[in-house]
Formats: sequence, C-alpha cells, structure tokens
Amino acid sequence: MSDSPTDWPRHRTVAFWAVCIVISVICFQQAETREWIGRFPKEWTFGVADHINVAMNWLVPLLSGPLHALSAILGFLLDVTRDTLAWTPWPVAFCLFVIVAHKAGGLSLALFMAMSLVYILVTGYWDRSMNTLALVGVAVPLSIVLGVQIGILGYRYKWLNALTQPVLDVMQALPAFAYLIPILLLFGFGPVVGLIASMIFSIPPMVRNTILGLQRVPPEISEAGLISGCNRGQLLWWVQIPAALPQMKIGMNQTTMAALSMVIIAAIIGGSDDVGWAVLNTMRKAQFGPSLIAGLVIALMAMLIDRISLGFANTEKEPKPERHAGIFRYPYALAALAVIVSILPMSFFVASLHYYPREWVWDISAHITAALDVFIASTSGALESVKRAGLFFFLLPFRIGLDQAVSPYSWGIEFTPALRIAYAGSIAVGSMLALGLSGSRSGAIFIAVCGVLFYYGTTGIPWPVFICTITMLAYAAGGSAIAGLAFATMIFILLNGLWEPAMFSAALCGAAILIAFPLGMAIGTIAAQVDWVSKAIRPVNDTLQTMPQFVYLIPFLMLFQVGEFTALIVVIAYALVPAIRYTEHGLRSVPVACIEAGHAAGCTKRQLLWWVKMPQAVPEIMLGLNQTVIYALSMLVIAALVGTRGLGQQVYVALGKADSGLGLVAGLSIALVAITTDRILQGLSRSRKKALGL
Amino acid sequence: MSVNVKLSCRNLWKTYGPQEAVEVTRSAAGSGNAAVVMQRIREAQGLAACAGISFDVMRGEIFILMGLSGSGKSTALRCLSRLVEPTMGEILIDGEDFTAKSPRELIDFRRHKMGMVFQNFGLMPHLTVLENIAFPLRVQGIDLAERNERARDMMRLVELDGRENAYPRQLSGGQQQRVGIARSLAGDPDIWFLDEPFSALDPLIRRQMQNEFLHLQSTLHKTIIFVTHDISEAVRLADRIAIMKGGEIVQIGAPREILENPANDYVEEFTQDAREGLMIRGASKADLE
Repeated sequence: MSDSPTDWPRHRTVAFWAVCIVISVICFQQAETREWIGRFPKEWTFGVADHINVAMNWLVPLLSGPLHALSAILGFLLDVTRDTLAWTPWPVAFCLFVIVAHKAGGLSLALFMAMSLVYILVTGYWDRSMNTLALVGVAVPLSIVLGVQIGILGYRYKWLNALTQPVLDVMQALPAFAYLIPILLLFGFGPVVGLIASMIFSIPPMVRNTILGLQRVPPEISEAGLISGCNRGQLLWWVQIPAALPQMKIGMNQTTMAALSMVIIAAIIGGSDDVGWAVLNTMRKAQFGPSLIAGLVIALMAMLIDRISLGFANTEKEPKPERHAGIFRYPYALAALAVIVSILPMSFFVASLHYYPREWVWDISAHITAALDVFIASTSGALESVKRAGLFFFLLPFRIGLDQAVSPYSWGIEFTPALRIAYAGSIAVGSMLALGLSGSRSGAIFIAVCGVLFYYGTTGIPWPVFICTITMLAYAAGGSAIAGLAFATMIFILLNGLWEPAMFSAALCGAAILIAFPLGMAIGTIAAQVDWVSKAIRPVNDTLQTMPQFVYLIPFLMLFQVGEFTALIVVIAYALVPAIRYTEHGLRSVPVACIEAGHAAGCTKRQLLWWVKMPQAVPEIMLGLNQTVIYALSMLVIAALVGTRGLGQQVYVALGKADSGLGLVAGLSIALVAITTDRILQGLSRSRKKALGL
Repeated sequence: MSVNVKLSCRNLWKTYGPQEAVEVTRSAAGSGNAAVVMQRIREAQGLAACAGISFDVMRGEIFILMGLSGSGKSTALRCLSRLVEPTMGEILIDGEDFTAKSPRELIDFRRHKMGMVFQNFGLMPHLTVLENIAFPLRVQGIDLAERNERARDMMRLVELDGRENAYPRQLSGGQQQRVGIARSLAGDPDIWFLDEPFSALDPLIRRQMQNEFLHLQSTLHKTIIFVTHDISEAVRLADRIAIMKGGEIVQIGAPREILENPANDYVEEFTQDAREGLMIRGASKADLE
C-alpha cells in the first residue's frame, strides 16, 4: 500500500487521513453544543425493522401453504428417525455405535465411545441425546445433498458462484437467533424449526468445500478424463467428484459439526426434548449441577461425532490384502448383524434390555451442586475482585471512556486535568516511540487510536468520527470497494437506530479481542517453539473448537454469575483458539530453507523468531486475527444469554418478543460487521502475502 | 494431400484475453502475416499462445513439438486434441475436418482414436492401477471382465504386472508414468499425444523410459505427437522436430537437418547443447580410433 511506486496514491492517502483528522477534531469540539453529533437523532432513523415485519405479515399467509407442506414432510422424516432411535433397544444402539466408532477410529475411539455412552446412560440423558442425534441425523444428509448440488452448480456456472458467495457469507455470519422467528412464522412451531435453522447454518461449508474440491482437481486429471472420451456426466461423477472427495469429506465433517451446534442452539425455542434444552433450562434455573452434567453430554457428543466423521474422511485407501474369504470380508457388517440378531430378540422379552431402567440412573447432580457450592463459596472473594477489576479498569473505560469511568466511586481517584494531560502525554510518547524506534507507522497509528478509544470509549466517540476513521482504515487496507462496504455497513446500523447497541457490542468484542488475540499469539508462539507444548495444547484446542458455543457459558456462568464480565470471559475463551492455531501454523510453516539460512547466518533463537519466522508468518497470523474477530462476533448473541447489552441483546430480545424485523436487522448488523472485518483482514493478509511473494 | 498424412493442421491460432483480441484473430488470421496479427492481438490486450501453426504428421511418425516454457507447444498439443478449442484454423485427421465435429462425435472420436500421456501423469487418485488403466474402456461401456483383461494386457506391455491393486500414490514416478502410458494405449488409439511425459522423472529413469518408448513404438506404429522442452530427448526420439518460439514454429525438419542447418540464431543457440554433445561423442570416437 504505502510502498507503491507512484507518489500520487500516497499523497491521496495522506490527504484522506488529514480530512479524517480534521473532521474528528471538529466533531469532538462541537459534540457538546450540537447534540446530533454526539448521538444520532431518533427522528433520522429509518425503520427497516417495521417494514420487515409488515412484509412478513403479508408473506406468511401467502407462503404458509407450501411451506407448511414442506414442514410436514421434514417433520415426518424427523419423527420417523426419532421414533426409530427411541425404539431401538439401548444395548443394540450401544453396540452399533461402538462398532461404527471402531471402524472410523480404531480401538481407542471405540473405547472412548463406550465410556461416553455409559456416562450418557448412567446420567439418564440417553433419550434426550437420541432426540438431539435424530435432529442432526436428519439435518446432515439433507444439508450434504443440497450443499453438494449447489456446489456442483456453483462450480459449473461462474455467475452462480459469484451470486452464492455473499449469500453463503450471510448464512454463516447471521446469528441463528435472528432467523429463528421468521422460520417459526413461516414453517410453524415445532422441532422442524430447529431442523431448518440447522440446515441454513450447515449447508454453506458443504457448498464451499465442494466448490473448492472441484476447483482443486488437477487440470491434467480432468483432461485425462476428457481424452478418454468422458461425456459431461461421466467426467463429473467418475473423475472430478471422486478426485475432489477428500476435500468434500472435510466439508461433511464441518457440516456435521455446524448442524450439531445449531441443533443445540435452536433448542431455545423448545418443542423438542433434547440435550440443548436440558442445558438451557437448567442454566436458566441456575441449577449448575445438572447443567454441567448435560453440558458434558453435549461436549462428548460433539467430540465423538467430530472424530467419527473425521475418521471416515481420513481413511486412506490402502490395498487390502484379501485375507478373509466369504462373509468375513466385511467384519463390521458382520459384527453389526450379530449384535442385531443376538440382542434384539432378547430385548422384546426383557424390558430392561429394551428401555434403560430408571432405577439404574445414578443421579450425581446433587453431589456436584453441593461440591460446586463449596468451591464457589471458598473462591468467591477472589473471583469477585477479579470481576470488579476487569469491569472497572478495562471493560468500562473501553465502553464509556476514561473520561467517564474514572471517578472516586469506581477507581477511587478523581480524573484531574493533570492526570488527563499525563495520559495524553504518555500516548503521544508511545506513538512517537513506535514510530522512532521500530519505524512502524501502523504501530504508531494503533497506539494513537487506542489512546483516543480508551479516553472517550466506544460510546463516547461521535458517530461521524467513528464512521470516518473506520472507512479510512478499510480504504487503507483494501481499497475503495471494501471502504464502501464498511461505510454501507455502518450507515445501515446508524439508520436502523442500532448505533448505541452496536457500540456496546464493539466495546465488548474489542475488549475481548484485545485480550484474546495477544494471549493466543503468545501461546501459539510458544507452541511453535516448544514441541511438547504444541502436543499438549493440540487436543485441548481440538476439543474446544468442536464444542457448541452453548457449552462455553456453563463454567463461567457458575464462577462469575450473570453479567457483562462473564460475557467478556466467554467471548475471550471462545475466540482464543483460532489465535493460537493460526500463529502456530504460520510460524511452523516458514520454509525450512529460510530457517536454515537464518541458522547459517548465525541467528540466535530469538533473532530467528523475530527476524526470520515472524515476518513470514504475518499473513497467517492476520488470518488468525480475522478468525478471532469472527469468532468473537458469533459469540455475541450467545453471550447475550448471560446478560450483555448490545446487538446480541437486541437479537435475543427480538426472539422473546417474536419481532422478526428487529431480530433480522440486529442480526444482519452483526453479520455485516463480521463480513466487513473479514474482507478487511483477508485483504491485508493477501497484500502482505503478495509483498512476501508467497 | 498425400495419403500418408495422418494429421494436418493449417494456420492454427489460439488467442487468450478479451473478446476483442479473439475477434481480431478471427478477422485477421487469414491474412498470412502472423507478425502483424500478433501485434494487433497484443494491442487488444490479448496473447496469442499459438500463432498460425501449420504442419503435417505422417502415419506412424514420431513428430516432436519442442520449445521453452511459454512457447505454446502444450497449447498447440491441446488444440490438436481439442482439450483447448482453437480460435482459428483447420485440423484435418485422415482428411476429415476435426474442428467441425460435434461434441458427441468428439467424444466418440476420443474414445476410439486418441490417447494422451500427461507430464504429471494425471492419474485418478481414487482408482487403483488396474482401474486407472481400464478407465477409458469403462467410459466406453465395456463390461468389467473384458476391460480388466485388456487392462492386464496393457500392464504386461509396460511391465507393471503385479501392481494391479496399488494406488497411484504408492508408486514411484517412473511407475506412475507407466500407468499413464498404459492407460493412454488402452483404447488402442491411432494418434498418441504425449505432453512432456518424461520431464518429471529422474535423468536415469527418463533415459530408460525413452528407450522403452522407442521399443513400444517399434511394435505399435502409432502416429505420435510428442511435446518436450529437452533438445537431446527430441533428437533421440524424433522422426521430425518442430521448434516453437513465442507461439510460432521457427523450423521443422529431421533432427540432423535442424542440427546441421539451423534456420536462425535462436535455433542455433537452442541446439547448441545437443550439437556439443555430438561433438564430444565424435571426439571420443576419434580418440579411440
């Protein structure tokens, strides 16, 4: 950007920044006298939400016929699956699950499966787990079939691909809570709503991976098919799809995990007695023992489903030595058949072999609750002070600014003019140092922006200043198209009267990212240097990433109760993993030749890290920052369940009031912010990669 | 036209770039002055990968297209098989207009008359060696037993017996290309295209494969169009060589002709190595005598 050969763009950038700074100064000065600068007037807003509601009122009776028919078909599928699972005697299901696990991941996965199933049986969550599984089991095949079809069409027709990409972005970034209400209105009440919501969320990864896989088929393979005389169908189904299958299997894994996480979230509207509902219900009643138990059930299900689908995705075809003849050639099918033949008839006569008897359930929730109470009571003093410190010294200044936050009540001191000058001075010195010592212009800008941000807080900054600065940043990062997107996003939020909640959310997310990203980077850097650390955190990261977002709430809710600080911690916990992952991956994928060149030049370990590895890992780390932001934003709505203010809360409130318009508009705001951030950071990463010639 | 000509192409053009450049090619390519047309294509922001190529390939001949990367040799080969549709020009196979064939006729023609070997093998990762070789037969709709039998014959031909159930990634580069060769011959084609078939292999393996290739051809008598960037490979294998530069053919002739009478400085420089090789060999012979 800045090293462009011609001087004109650089002059233009400087000029734009100058205009931006002038506007900011004027706005800060005038904010006191002209109220509309400080706060966007309500009269100026434009109620898209109301229009959506009107449109929905008009649409619902119009579409309800065909959609209810569709809903009935899906409902029928769901009922059949659910009844089958519920009717299957538990020992039969138990053995079949273990057999599947063994086929996918060998003995260790089979053992893990067996232990998990015992846990689910003993804690009495078997039936509810089966209900959740039924929802996933119906959603996943439908999503895969639809996703593959859309993917094939998107690969074949470029215009369709260009059309689907932004739609997929919105489908993935739009919080599920936002579209639960419209679905509810269109398709009618019931578990089908959860099914459809989970399909909306889980189709995009399948489409993306199908297109990606097809695009990555080496051209020579397609040409070999063509020269063999394949027609279009043969080329697709015999050559391209099989060659793209490894990528598509990764898509299937992602689709499955997305479906599971959405099924859990969709439990919020009730209607199906599943594990998600159990967690939510117990959490609402602050019954932490049961909610912990149910949360573990979800966690186990997520891990198992993930491992199994990955196991099937990774099975490399090896030449099979044909040791067994006849029926023994299919050992798994044989074992499954043996289980069904031997146990199924017995279960008709022995009731306890059909339905798991209630007396065998071992209710440990009371013990856990008691233990938790003791633990919380003993640590509550320390936890409380952590919470207060985080809230007053970090979150609050970030939101309302040091200007407002520092008072004798919160900080114990007055924010005197002397202190203000000292603060401004230290920020100025900081930027100067960044500029002078390391010559990093972006570092200086970052420190200056943070300084201003902490002084006024996200809600204290007049909206024209905010819009101006962000648009400029977007322009610097990715040119006029991305700047336009950023500008349009902010105008959308502004005109819909959601500016204030958006700033609350910006404060929460920004604060979380400010902690999660450096922390994740630090852990990732250590993991890249020290092998045993890497080995130790990998399974933890894997587990955390497969966890449905809901589960994150449980432990922090117990420790810190309802409140904004809990939300902050939850968002940090969720957004930490990508920062770790991408940093480690970036550092570890530096070419060996470069590292050897560094060694040959006599680098110390520290020099090797900072001068050789880090600069080359920057594009990858930027992608990590991108994922951190997206993860944080996607957690906003879930975090609203534990009490935050902001866009997430708006979506959640809309869900409670069955207000389609507000939900969609607030949800869309979050989605647009996520997409804009994504474009900006991807653009930065790409230009950095290009500059490095990677 | 001589009855011995199997494939012939006349004034073949392939232009990449904006529609305008393509139209310039279509309207101007007939003029016969390639340099002027290429200039106009460049002005229209286009690129002529093949610029007015013409040559005949005789029945049973090994015809080699040679040039550096970017000279248009692979594009020319793909135009001849219509894996890439030529922008302009005529391709005659057995005197029939190949460019006029409908998609259905093209598929039929490829099934029975053409085989192709690729630089990076182009093997299907999901199929075993036997299935890969039998793939063209499967596409034709031949039943399993027969196609397996014919595929096994092909495996014997390229000396791969015993690796039927291996997957491509379990084979060495040389073995993978044997599979590629066997597959390209499975449909018993008349015309055999080879696109840098040995370039991805080690020098020693490459030499061995070249020998086997010559041996195969001595029994099969296919009409071969072979692309390479390696002058010594071309000199060893070719009946005739066409040297390409910037989309045009600079010189066509038998290897000895090209070495002894290079058409211009470019060809002379290009063939330097091969000539020096010959001289060293000649010198050592002289020493021995």
